[in-house]
Amino acid sequence: MSILINRNSRVMTQGITGKTGQFHTRMCRDYANGKECFVAGVNPRKPGEDFEGIPVYASVKEAKQQTGANVSVIYVPPPFAAAAIDEAVEAELDLVICITEGIPVRDMLRTRYKMQGKKTRLIGPNCPGIITPDELKIGIMPGYIHKKGRIGVVSRSGTLTYEAVAQLMALGLGQSTCIGIGGDPVNGLKHLDVLQLFNEDDETDAVLMVGEIGGTDEEDCARWVKENMRKPVVGFIAGVTAPPGKRMGHAGAIISGGKGTAQEKLEVMESCGIQVTHNPAEMGKLLKSAL
Amino acid sequence: MKIHEYQAKEILRKYGVVTPKGIACFSIDEAVKAAQQLGGEVWAVKAQIYAGGRGKGGGVKVARSLEEVRQRAGEILGMRLVTHQTGSEGQIVHRLFIEQGVHIEKEFYVGMVVDRGRQRVCLMASSEGGMEIEKVAAETPEKIYKVFIDPIAGLSQQQAEEVALKIGIPAQSVPQAVTLLQGLYQAFDDTDSSLLEINPLTLTAEKQVIALDAKMNFDDNALFRHPEIVALRDLDEEDPVEIEASKHELSYIPLDGNIGCLVNGAGLAMATMDIIKLYGGNPANFLDVGGGATAEKVTEAFKLMLRNPKLQAILVNIFGGIMKCDVIAQGVVAAAREVQLTVPLVVRLEGTNVELGKKILADSGLTIISAENMADAAQKAVSAAKSKSSSCGCQCQS
Repeated sequence: MSILINRNSRVMTQGITGKTGQFHTRMCRDYANGKECFVAGVNPRKPGEDFEGIPVYASVKEAKQQTGANVSVIYVPPPFAAAAIDEAVEAELDLVICITEGIPVRDMLRTRYKMQGKKTRLIGPNCPGIITPDELKIGIMPGYIHKKGRIGVVSRSGTLTYEAVAQLMALGLGQSTCIGIGGDPVNGLKHLDVLQLFNEDDETDAVLMVGEIGGTDEEDCARWVKENMRKPVVGFIAGVTAPPGKRMGHAGAIISGGKGTAQEKLEVMESCGIQVTHNPAEMGKLLKSAL
Repeated sequence: MKIHEYQAKEILRKYGVVTPKGIACFSIDEAVKAAQQLGGEVWAVKAQIYAGGRGKGGGVKVARSLEEVRQRAGEILGMRLVTHQTGSEGQIVHRLFIEQGVHIEKEFYVGMVVDRGRQRVCLMASSEGGMEIEKVAAETPEKIYKVFIDPIAGLSQQQAEEVALKIGIPAQSVPQAVTLLQGLYQAFDDTDSSLLEINPLTLTAEKQVIALDAKMNFDDNALFRHPEIVALRDLDEEDPVEIEASKHELSYIPLDGNIGCLVNGAGLAMATMDIIKLYGGNPANFLDVGGGATAEKVTEAFKLMLRNPKLQAILVNIFGGIMKCDVIAQGVVAAAREVQLTVPLVVRLEGTNVELGKKILADSGLTIISAENMADAAQKAVSAAKSKSSSCGCQCQS
């Protein structure tokens, strides 16, 4: 199984003609079943062209009709990225992964509003994407550091997720699916949504959850875990040393009005039965001990 | 991005928000002239800095004569204003705002922010004006009234009325308050604000509802479509090191410690700071070189860190994905040579082309302390910083 994506997913790239879109579409196509899975690209100004054999269509709707694609990945520049998400939602895709960093919050507020009651799920924006190891990679993470296994990983950041994966790999633990949900304040899937999916997934035995300062997503997720999760969950929160009021790189990583501190998140997680570590070098070890 | 009170009020007036009449000034003479021009008998002399809490810090004074305006302006202009938001070093006042005095009957609080959980703009209002809203929220949360705004329909007449009545605006002034609140939301939305605060919102003795103070912050991601707001940027208010960093598209935040960190990715950068602290050290900065770091960018990052006189060691922590370790290693070597490194350098590389990267470091002839993993790197950086600070014989250890 795995969650959200697998070898049967069919993917289109929105923004396939840009430099970033091309580079990463190529990397993803060359990973595991990517060649069968990446079936279309979208650019309204370049329909009829192709990118290394992947046909380019004028719209998401047309790409879906012509190829049966049910998933989209977006590399469109920030001023146009929210509209690209809207288009994928209107075309009723199952899943949209928005890699683009720097989308205005106001645009995302409107996009999320329009997504209410729609079937499409959104990962990101400002995220590394999602990978089901040895099956399909959709995003910018290095594929080779992963291996198929039974641990679910969910995180708000990119390289810290790779770090977590590397620690798991050093202990011989492969992953069912790894998801970076992104560092923006207004986004799609939250930790909680992803944990619900891992809970129902037959191929996931335990979950490593990596959070960071800002917002209350991790706390909300922890409370849900306490009541509902049937599998071990362990966690780490980055930013214990972050001062309030300073934005730590990610637009969403800021302690404001005394809320969203790492300490508070760790305490809530622990009180909800999630084992946590204060040491980012011991995420893998902690997960292994929980199995 | 932040702007000054007088600039925020200028924006808000275009949306029908009533404010006292005021004039921004850069000198004492200008301040006196401004008061003359405004007329009346009472003026407020207000320091213009980005941080809040100016009143408590002595940056807002009332003057009852032109002579007093001169005196107050002289006291405030050029002072190092310390508030709960400036940190202990404070902020030097370069600009003043002279406003007509008003007869205050009652003060309220109004604020707008994006609520992440609900994914809506939240309008918060309280009968407790003029205070730190964090304090009100912590001690008497029932005194804060919240409504969530539909992004398509905007703040409705009904919502605005409800808010006005809940916080205790008298019935006769409610229509005015509604106009003001709807104007505030329109301004927030049109300008891509990330925060808007009116503290206090004031009911005058004449039953007029006016914004006595105004604070607006903007979403940096949206500045590309607001050149008129970018033009308001006041570089005097920003940390020169952060300005320099932003020129090179580096995300850099100075901290109090002595171990500089250079990391790719915000999450990993925070985790690196955390692990330094965990092993008994103190990070000197947050620095995310981003996904597309080049040798030039790494060199600039080293220069930024080395501006810090307290620096005793540097820890480079890179997880190469798309960014290859050999490219980073070349950047580190080039930077170390160019800047004549005087503090110990600990490097931890992992990910794409890691062996090649390590070889480049080893062959460089530079004294680089290589680390195997994050824990090893942090321990080595902490001990290097300790021995460095004890060997220089001064009191600079943090």
